[in-house]
Amino acid sequence: MKNKVSITVNGVERSAEVEPRMLLVHFLREELHLTGTHVGCDTTQCGACTVRMNEQAVKSCTVFAVQADGANVTTVEGLAGGDGLHPIQEAFREHHGLQCGFCTPGMMMAASQLLDRYPEPTLEQIKHQLDGNICRCTGYHNIIKAVQSAAEKIKARKQAQGAR
Amino acid sequence: MFPAQFEYHRPGSIDEALALLGEYGDDAKLLAGGHSLIPSMKLRLLEPKHLIDLGNIASLKGVRVEGDTVAVGALTTHYGVESSPEAKGALPLLCEVAGQIADPQVRNRGTMGGSLANADPAADWPATALALDAEFICKSDAGERKVPASEWFQGLFTTALEEGEILCGLRFGKLPERTAATYLKLQHPASRFAVVGVSAAVTTDSAGKCVQARIGITGVGTHAARAAKTERLLEGRVLDPANIAAAAALADEGFDAGSDMHFSESDRRELCRAYVERALLGVLERANAGQFQP
Repeated sequence: MKNKVSITVNGVERSAEVEPRMLLVHFLREELHLTGTHVGCDTTQCGACTVRMNEQAVKSCTVFAVQADGANVTTVEGLAGGDGLHPIQEAFREHHGLQCGFCTPGMMMAASQLLDRYPEPTLEQIKHQLDGNICRCTGYHNIIKAVQSAAEKIKARKQAQGAR
Repeated sequence: MFPAQFEYHRPGSIDEALALLGEYGDDAKLLAGGHSLIPSMKLRLLEPKHLIDLGNIASLKGVRVEGDTVAVGALTTHYGVESSPEAKGALPLLCEVAGQIADPQVRNRGTMGGSLANADPAADWPATALALDAEFICKSDAGERKVPASEWFQGLFTTALEEGEILCGLRFGKLPERTAATYLKLQHPASRFAVVGVSAAVTTDSAGKCVQARIGITGVGTHAARAAKTERLLEGRVLDPANIAAAAALADEGFDAGSDMHFSESDRRELCRAYVERALLGVLERANAGQFQP
């Protein structure tokens, strides 16, 4: 038996008939071909499949697509929300916040929630808020630098917008 | 990994959910945050034919202060508790515990009620439900039933929840004046479950004497339980490092601690005693600093 789901993904409403057992990550990757969201451990540990669902960072390997019916989902493809890069993406590039790159989409989506909740994060807050994302290259040093830099960029951007 | 096939139901009210539960009985599982259930289904440890998703029932969500009581809806996520101004104001220990569960993504989905109904022996909430003597509100077709925390945890993944019942919420009563509390956890570095988790709420009088001690321990036995001997030894004595050390030395008694791939039984018992001592020293420090739960 299939269920109809309608999920707004990166601002576009997407509908499909899916088996209830289909995981959100497979809906994104296989139905919508949004392969930026990665499947890492598939056991709710590594965070490579992190997306924002109604603003909240979730591990999409542990959410059924039917549970996301009616929800707003943002994947790494929608992070920038238009042309160019999001400040988090810029910062990851500048600070080389990636090695093999596999964890990067999830890391950036977790970072985007982190910076929404803690716009001026301390080092401890960054570490605690990235607890759910594993970089198996162990490139955490530059990931943290990238998040700190992204916080600065976002702050500067907001100030510039406010000044206008 | 793909779970076995199932039929998905998303009731809009508790009554609807109860009706579905009545209809499908043992073939059905209730889905809260799904952060234990979905992994179990992916591993095919569980293959329910029907999944009843409670996620759409608004009345099961949120933290409310009702007089002297903090009421938490069973479907309130860990982050919902962690970030709740009501919880922070009335019972900050709840926020302290919630913020230590798993990781941010899991806290966004996992729920207090789901965790307590699942009763994983290494989950965080059970220790605190015991230390705060929470009341479990269960609903069924027959009406509402209240179960005290002391009767809730009955065995490995086994609770007092009866067939046809849904755990709908938790109620935390006001703590006596001058109660300091803490949650201290040794987290497993991979799973972030508690190897040992100690929730301690201790009431002292103005002379520093312990009037009431409630200590919940998770991770050590097949289910969370109170450290009864430690509590009894502390009560009536001055809460000081010497008495704490003597009381903590009894903390693992009564627990059916086992060995697993991570820790032997004797290590687990030693960790239990050490973490109870540290937790109580933390409580003492807070009491000395006048940091009491409101």
